[in-house]
Amino acid sequence: MTQSHPDAPSSSVSFSKTRTLSVLVENSPGVLARVSSLFSRRGYNIDSLAVGPTENPNFSRMTIVINVEDHALEQVIAQLDKLINVISITELDPVVSVQRELLLVKVSTDEKTRSQVLETVQLFRAKVVDVAQDAVTIEATGNTEKISALLRVLEPYGILELIQSGLVAMSRGLKPGSISEDKK
Amino acid sequence: MSESTKMTGASALVKALEASGVDVMFGIPGGAILPAYDPIFDSKIRHILVRHEQGAGHAATGYAQATGRTGVCIATSGPGATNLVTPLADAQMDSVPVVAITGQVASGAIGTDAFQEADIRGITMPVTKHSFLVTDPADIARCVAEAFHIANTGRPGAVLVDIAKDALQMQTEFNYPKSIELGGYHPKLDAAPAAIRDAAALIAQSKAPVLYVGGGAIKAAAHKELLKLAELTGAPVVTTLMARGAFPDSHPQHLGMPGMHGTVAAVTALQKADLLITLGARFDDRVTGKLSTFATNAKIIHADIDPAEIGKNRRADVALIGDLRLTIDALIPAIKNEFKKNQPDISAWLAQAYGWRTRFPLGYDHPKDGSVSPQYVIERIGKLSGPDAIYVAGVGQHQMWASQFISYEKPRTWLNSGGLGTMGYAVPAAMGAKVGAPDTTVWAIDGDGCFQMTNQELVTCALNNIPIKVAVINNESLGMVRQWQTLFYNERYSNTELHSKRIPDFAKLAEAMGCVGLTCDSTDDVDKTIAQAMEINDRPVVVDFSVHRDAMVWPMVAAGTSNDDIVNARSLAPIWDSQEL
Repeated sequence: MTQSHPDAPSSSVSFSKTRTLSVLVENSPGVLARVSSLFSRRGYNIDSLAVGPTENPNFSRMTIVINVEDHALEQVIAQLDKLINVISITELDPVVSVQRELLLVKVSTDEKTRSQVLETVQLFRAKVVDVAQDAVTIEATGNTEKISALLRVLEPYGILELIQSGLVAMSRGLKPGSISEDKK
Repeated sequence: MSESTKMTGASALVKALEASGVDVMFGIPGGAILPAYDPIFDSKIRHILVRHEQGAGHAATGYAQATGRTGVCIATSGPGATNLVTPLADAQMDSVPVVAITGQVASGAIGTDAFQEADIRGITMPVTKHSFLVTDPADIARCVAEAFHIANTGRPGAVLVDIAKDALQMQTEFNYPKSIELGGYHPKLDAAPAAIRDAAALIAQSKAPVLYVGGGAIKAAAHKELLKLAELTGAPVVTTLMARGAFPDSHPQHLGMPGMHGTVAAVTALQKADLLITLGARFDDRVTGKLSTFATNAKIIHADIDPAEIGKNRRADVALIGDLRLTIDALIPAIKNEFKKNQPDISAWLAQAYGWRTRFPLGYDHPKDGSVSPQYVIERIGKLSGPDAIYVAGVGQHQMWASQFISYEKPRTWLNSGGLGTMGYAVPAAMGAKVGAPDTTVWAIDGDGCFQMTNQELVTCALNNIPIKVAVINNESLGMVRQWQTLFYNERYSNTELHSKRIPDFAKLAEAMGCVGLTCDSTDDVDKTIAQAMEINDRPVVVDFSVHRDAMVWPMVAAGTSNDDIVNARSLAPIWDSQEL
């Protein structure tokens, strides 16, 4: 599962675009394997997949980011829905949902650049979580655009190490994606 | 809510199988499943001890295809379980309800590479509808009940229940659920009324409709409704390999089978139609040929119980998601309603389609050297055994000929491995079919290649009074592969010669397995030999029909090419009237 870089040139020929699926699944062994095996055998590429507990211990929620065309998205959803352990699937529109990812990045610094890097951290409302002689480690959360903007700014200083979580997302407003709703 | 008594997990398993309505299962014991075999010894369920787990799986499939009930197979952990993988994948591809029970190493040993350990739940994930791993004896009865529910509702399929040995040995309460509620599984039965109306409207506008009938028509027991629909619309009907028998071959609206080896009329009618009324079919590549050139002028009504089939290969104009029998039931009054306003005149289309059927009938030649034509043998078996018999084919040329030259009049009389194309399917599947329909004549039409993959189940048949009949269509080669080598590899017959007229001696092999072995190598003896086989009902019979090795399956649409390029016989494309092109 590779994280496609958001500022990579977007394809102009295909109508595919990035979609965020919020998938409520039973919290039972093997469910992640079932979902990832389905994506693999049907040839769907996952940009990122994050899974974690929900307010109800019987269920987990996966946030799956994929890059597909409309038609293929319908297939992905229909195929996912066939898995017995999948309770419900919602496509989250970025406009009406909160989408966040977590970034940890170690940036090379020296006496000249450290203050510039720290300024960038402040501008992006990120945090410095570790400082060493010639590097700082920065933690940032935000949507994909913010994270990639931050990385663009930090890149010239020299990125020594980088890790990103998959995207997690939740719809805005009254809980339309809640388990009680899904179960109906 | 549920009755409850203390017993071992093994007893709970057997009791749950009984409660699920199981009357027969096919299997082989081994270490991890051994606790279950103790209560099986006392159960009213008939357990048939097979000779290879693959045989158990195909037998369960054959039983299910012949009866419509869920087939059951049982095996031990590790190799026992992995031997079930092929039949489970086979059943899943052809939407056959099969439940497999496997023993697993004790729960504490799972993940340690213990003796005979294999992660069969993981291995079967991509080839089953669902798979369970049970480590708590209290879950056994519920999981078995859920497995049967999942296997035989919605789009049927294969379900595996893997049970750890210690769960089978421990004491538990028996809790068989009275009803089953699965949060993530709600098959939709009734198609949306608006979609039914849209479909009826499209049918009323169509000048060139075809009923494209798939195996779903048999699974849904929709054959009576299908007949009504066909006669109401007057549209020509094609039945796919999985649907042979869903609509009578003798019916005047039937154009035969579409696809790679379909009739010219069926293939061409699909190509030229303006509307495909698709009923439980899935636009498989063997039917569509090159997809982008398939039925390019046709609108598509797609009725299927599996929402994921809609638009998977071909975009549907109207999707009817639901049980096919209920869908057709709802469709009929809606069409009558539309026809009151406007009944389209499809007479010109019918004349054209029936004209293709008359001009390009299925046929074959008798070899000039006097050897036996394989098509003739299969045709005679069909004629002499009639439409009440069950015919079970392996995979390859003989399978195609059996689909072409036997007339099917009833559902569940034609069994084959359509999706996965599993050589070796015929003998064990015929065994399962005969167990499910003991009073019916069951013929396995097998090839000499297929037969050598699974014939040991004839021992099982002989010992358990399962008198199937096996016709080995012996062309001493892997015939279909050889046909492709003839057509596409310059007649370079790499590794397709089996020498099976020399070794083995099939009749002797049959006798050694407790069957009657017959041979036939002349056209004049074909009827006599079939009659002789028909008279033997106390033992299985194997007939080695020595046939011409160069016979080929025609018509043919070469893989990856357009259905427009159907070849009627070698280098002989149908000659169309100019207005038909």
